[in-house]
Amino acid sequence: MFPTPIEKRPRSAQVGYQAVLPLALILWLLPLIAVANFSIKPEADFVNGNYWGMPSSFELFSNYGRVFFESNMPRYLLNSLLITIPTVIGAVALSAMAGFALGVYRFKGNLLIFFIFIAGNFVPFQILMVPVRDLTIDLNLYDTKTGLILFQIAFQTGFCTLFMRNFIRALPYPLIEAARVEGVAEWRIFWFVVLPLMKPALAALAVLIFTFIWNDYFWAVVLTQGPDAQPVTAGITEFNSQFRAAYHLMSAGSIVAALPPVAMFFMMQKHFIAGLTLGAVK
Amino acid sequence: MRNEGGLMTYATVPDTDPQKPRGWYKRNEIAVTPFLFLAPAILFFAVCVIIPIAQSFWISFHEWDGLGEAEWVGTANYERLLGIGDQPMDRKFETSLWNNIKWLVLYLLAIPAGLFIAIFLNQTVRGIRIYKSLFFFPFVISQVVVGLVFSWFYLPREGLLNALIGLFGFGPVNILGDPSLATYGIIAAGLWPQTAYCMILYLTGLNAVDPEQVEAARLDGAKGWRMLWYVILPQLRPATFIAFVVTIIGALRSFDLISVMTNGGPFGSTRVLSFYMFEESLSEFGFRMGYGAAIAVVLFFLMLGFIVYFLWSMYRDEQGAR
Repeated sequence: MFPTPIEKRPRSAQVGYQAVLPLALILWLLPLIAVANFSIKPEADFVNGNYWGMPSSFELFSNYGRVFFESNMPRYLLNSLLITIPTVIGAVALSAMAGFALGVYRFKGNLLIFFIFIAGNFVPFQILMVPVRDLTIDLNLYDTKTGLILFQIAFQTGFCTLFMRNFIRALPYPLIEAARVEGVAEWRIFWFVVLPLMKPALAALAVLIFTFIWNDYFWAVVLTQGPDAQPVTAGITEFNSQFRAAYHLMSAGSIVAALPPVAMFFMMQKHFIAGLTLGAVK
Repeated sequence: MRNEGGLMTYATVPDTDPQKPRGWYKRNEIAVTPFLFLAPAILFFAVCVIIPIAQSFWISFHEWDGLGEAEWVGTANYERLLGIGDQPMDRKFETSLWNNIKWLVLYLLAIPAGLFIAIFLNQTVRGIRIYKSLFFFPFVISQVVVGLVFSWFYLPREGLLNALIGLFGFGPVNILGDPSLATYGIIAAGLWPQTAYCMILYLTGLNAVDPEQVEAARLDGAKGWRMLWYVILPQLRPATFIAFVVTIIGALRSFDLISVMTNGGPFGSTRVLSFYMFEESLSEFGFRMGYGAAIAVVLFFLMLGFIVYFLWSMYRDEQGAR
């Protein structure tokens, strides 16, 4: 193990490590702690210049209550949810199929198609922006959730296919061969043999894509406007102009906007990290 | 060795009823199935990614406000952008390009920083798992919120940063208001989640380091830096490669943070190509889609250099895997 396990070090080193650990964490999360502190302060603290000290009164409920009841925040959150969930389902479904095709079959152009998916996934968004915006306008999908969903599915397919294909390739191939010998139809092999084995990959990818889509800002700004379709990342700008310079409310709003993927991460940590680090180990 | 058996095995499939003529699909099942499975993904990807790339190239040779007729102007957009002929290079483009280079170089700091934190946290004391999660979770927060959090952190009066440096007797600095500092302030904000990402990659990598090699090296008297450099880092190569890929792509994609923290200002000093392109295409002063597309094409070629390198590395691995 590297570095040397702390248990094998002198007692003083162990105590030192245990003491440094929380300090390092506080330092690392300092900007966030400051914002969390902002969000439970009363407005008076900002007037009196008490920016960093303890809140003079504990206003968690009134600040967050105003976020939920006096702004468009709930609508934006709902939009985010209604955009994110269909996208996750669509992207995972498309890429599971594509990954199966690329991972199991050998045919001409296999690697080429695979590499086009990967390359497309790395492309800068901006080169797609003008034509995609135009396309959504032509299809009457501009400023709708459907438009954003369809486009996000297409764009995520690149990364998801890379992920699925590599996972399927690592599955034991004799299983598929055995099924073929039995005369099982190919689509049944996909459905009954490969898909059940892919459960961990499906879970990992779903959690990962959920976070990516929820946090997307660029496409939200390019393809939507206004509270009818905009997700929370774009809506927060409007929220902040509503509560201009009211730092206690703006911080509460951003914490609310950031929370769902954070909750998702802490609940599904194992899958999330497995998804993120696929390929980090050979 | 993987798929070779496929067709041959198929030929020996015991047919339950040899007299029954088999349909075209049945006979060609193995050849056709992959394309059926690929069709939806390819359709989506072609319509929303591949074709738009080609269209952007086409638009970049036009002058177009997004509504009326596009007017063919040849390479005029590129000439104006790069300053070919008797005109200077577009000043805003020059600033953006320089900022992109700053982003690329400084963003790479996330890799050693992530490695450092991973080594620091790679212990088995009580509660370490919670520490690892908490160190990682800035990555899960959206860049928009990271941008807001840091812009409040930097505030000259209300921001915690100035309170801290005030303790050491340094005067308040308005990082995001100072054209010479603003870009660095934004990059620092971007490094925060990116370092967390690299950290988690390295933590996973360190977990898989071969303990026997480490022990053997230890017996040979290797420790500290030498151990890290000669024994550990070579084994972390896959993690380093991925960290490199995601960091480069992340640096060139920087848009959210700039948009949220400074909106390109002060005095346009924090623009990068992706942001400048957005600004030109959808600005209040009228949509200049053609010029925007030309900027996007330049950014695309900048990225293409890296993409080709990544794909080439992956291709070599694929060949090795066979």
